[in-house]
Amino acid sequence: MVLVGEDGFESAERAAPGGSLSGVDCARPPARDLDEESSAWLCRLRTSGWERQAAERELHARLVRIALAEVRRRSARTPVVGPELDDVAHQAAGDAMIAILAKLGSFRGESKFITWAYRFVILEVSGKLGRHYWRNPPVTLDAGQWEQLPDRFGVDPARHVEWRGILAEVRRVVDDEMTAHQRRVFVAVVVDGIPLDALAAEMGLRRNAIYKVVFDARRKIRRALAANGYLEDPGLERR
Amino acid sequence: MNDDLGRLEQFLRTDPRDVGCDEAMAVLHIYVDLVTAGEDAAARYPGVAAHLLACGPCSEDFAGLLSAVTND
Repeated sequence: MVLVGEDGFESAERAAPGGSLSGVDCARPPARDLDEESSAWLCRLRTSGWERQAAERELHARLVRIALAEVRRRSARTPVVGPELDDVAHQAAGDAMIAILAKLGSFRGESKFITWAYRFVILEVSGKLGRHYWRNPPVTLDAGQWEQLPDRFGVDPARHVEWRGILAEVRRVVDDEMTAHQRRVFVAVVVDGIPLDALAAEMGLRRNAIYKVVFDARRKIRRALAANGYLEDPGLERR
Repeated sequence: MNDDLGRLEQFLRTDPRDVGCDEAMAVLHIYVDLVTAGEDAAARYPGVAAHLLACGPCSEDFAGLLSAVTND
């Protein structure tokens, strides 16, 4: 970017990526060890008046650009298409912007400011695509398509017979050693292939809660399969 | 071990260092900055690295944030 000064001459000096601090009176000076770009962002977003408005507009525009790129990057793995995908991106950018401004005080400078800010919009895209999954789901919740499980692990149809014992043991663990909640989550994610974020949205749970159930189920099933000679002994596993 | 059994074994294998989604996502921006700086992020955050290997959605978010900052 080439700057043009009041005298009309171009300046070779590049503007700081987070914006210029020239003439901006920081309400709260950024920490000294922050990089220049992060300092500029923080200063501009913490000031008032037109400079803050300009910083917010600039940040929002960047969030929109990142969100649009992210929904396109994920487009092959989501049933959401076309204009609806762009809507998701714009909503994600808007919600991320609100969250960033609300949590500005919690930015501790452990990363660049813009990386911290982009994390919000990436996670918003994730969550929103998960919720949109249910508008046109390829499989319903609680479908329980156990017959599809060998295909999910790429089992050669010629070996399905050999897999009968393994699948029977997996199903026994799921039916006998899991609670109704654990069973529902495992079947949805592993057997029916429902995306974890989509299930989390449908069940009103955090992603981590779903992951923990599947994590515990994986360990339990592995131990059962090892005990029956289908897999090698898992050895010492904690947690 | 057959490929399909290997895939099942890989899926069922759990890493005790795995920190879970919440902890991994809480430091994702730090992790990504380390990666883009050429630092050994996995050595500094082994529990996050273990989680990203096992969790598809968090791995996708990592890829998204990495793409965002590198293509920005």
